[in-house]
Amino acid sequence: MTAVVELAGVTRTFGAVTALDDVSLTVGEGQLVGLLGPNGAGKTTLLSLVSGLRRADSGTVRLFGGDPRDASSRIALGTTPQETGLPPTLTVGEVVDLVAKHYPAPMARGEVLARFGLEDLLARQTGGLSGGQKRRLAVALALVGRPRLVLLDEPTTGLDVEARHILWQALRDYHADGATVLLTSHYLEEIEALAQRVVVIGGGRVLADDSLASVLGLVALRRVVLSLPPGADVDLARLPGAYSAQQGLDGRWTVLASDADRLVRALVVDDVPFHDLELRGASLEEAFLTLTSEKEAVR
Amino acid sequence: MSTVLTPRPFWALAVVHARFQFLETVRIPIAVIGNLLFPSLALLFFVIPQRAVADDPGIATAAVAQLGVFAVMSTCLFSFGVGVSEDRAMPFDPFLRTLPAGAGPRLMGRVLNGVLWSYLALVPLVLLGAFLTAATVTPTQALAAIAMVPAVAVPFLLLGLAIGYRLSSKAAIAVVQATLFPLAFAGGLFMPPESFPAWLDAISKLLPSRAARDLAVQAVTGYSAYTFALLVLLAWTALFAVMAVTAYRRDEGRRFH
Repeated sequence: MTAVVELAGVTRTFGAVTALDDVSLTVGEGQLVGLLGPNGAGKTTLLSLVSGLRRADSGTVRLFGGDPRDASSRIALGTTPQETGLPPTLTVGEVVDLVAKHYPAPMARGEVLARFGLEDLLARQTGGLSGGQKRRLAVALALVGRPRLVLLDEPTTGLDVEARHILWQALRDYHADGATVLLTSHYLEEIEALAQRVVVIGGGRVLADDSLASVLGLVALRRVVLSLPPGADVDLARLPGAYSAQQGLDGRWTVLASDADRLVRALVVDDVPFHDLELRGASLEEAFLTLTSEKEAVR
Repeated sequence: MSTVLTPRPFWALAVVHARFQFLETVRIPIAVIGNLLFPSLALLFFVIPQRAVADDPGIATAAVAQLGVFAVMSTCLFSFGVGVSEDRAMPFDPFLRTLPAGAGPRLMGRVLNGVLWSYLALVPLVLLGAFLTAATVTPTQALAAIAMVPAVAVPFLLLGLAIGYRLSSKAAIAVVQATLFPLAFAGGLFMPPESFPAWLDAISKLLPSRAARDLAVQAVTGYSAYTFALLVLLAWTALFAVMAVTAYRRDEGRRFH
């Protein structure tokens, strides 16, 4: 399999902040990879290295085997502008042309606009588009050059459900044509809808890199909150079903559980003197934090 | 790679960028109108009322030429130098940098645009000069003047780009102002260099503005430029080109860190 994107031991810092810390990642031809992680995890920095916008401090970044900072390496790369960043005085047709003219075999203007339902807006200045229309145009610009790799940074953030589904379908269609897609999101739902392989990033490191199903299992944690009387000597984290345990400032314990049912049974069977038990699903953020702190402890 | 994909030719991309930069500028024309007006107003208020200058064909033509150099210089430094730093702050700029085009075509697009707007900036000045002063040129001199415009515009465009890619837009405006006016005065664009003391004249001859002024004046009048004027202008052009390309390559867009 040809590697479309290859990062090896990549580190990038911004002043005192380490955005990426010794990251290695290979994306093969035709994969649809989701980069999942909380804000500030390093996802955008990773994309900016792959698209040649920034340089790695150490390690190597390869795009189709070449240096992404060379224009010729980016000939089969498509990226999106941030939705707010379209030149307001240019029309939709003009912006599409501007981008299309950089590629050897771009889509016809009509085709790309039709894929995203933008045909009627051809002569409209981009400054006059709604947020959803701008977002669709932004993704359309990523595809107009018929790239073999598409990078999408939070493609549907801020869109309503219907618009989001239209965009997802357009991306699935494009991937089905044989393209490689690398997208970031902090929405699990978006990653679930699109990705086949999921890379979880946190604190600048790759925390998990697996199939969608495995990563979903990893982040499908439950949160069990309970109080213990002072002096109770129980190691909650070692109970069956528990993943990690932490005492909050109010003295309450929060146990993240991979199997909450087993954990509760164990609490009862072991006669743990708990009270005020609460049980709910852990947020994605919490699941990430667990993964992050665990890796931290291992190092 | 099995399929060989090569980037589009340099000039095709340069023309694409020039065209879209022109469209963007022309839709917010107020930005360029200031540059069109100032040199014409200077001619109207400072040259035309002095009939001793305005009625002498040689001196009047030289006055129009040196204000013309100023018009080109300020168009290039302001609209395109400061303009770059403003564009750089827009989120569309990093997107354009991910397209398969290197620094060259985008910079060339700006250069083509700068030259075009420089011609436009000269129109009101030349019209005022022709109708309200004794300034006059032969057809050959007119052609020489047209050929001079890019030679004057390019070095200052490159300087503007070097500033624009290195600094934030607020800093770029300050630096451009601090560069433009001293260069213009010391280059004899407002006061003829014949009135300079010897030391200032010596420094002046090393400046790109003075070299450009003397060459422009030579092109449209009989007054010949000093010996090394062309060499000085070319040397500065080469230096500014290196600075512009280096600044573009170092640039990674906005920095918040």
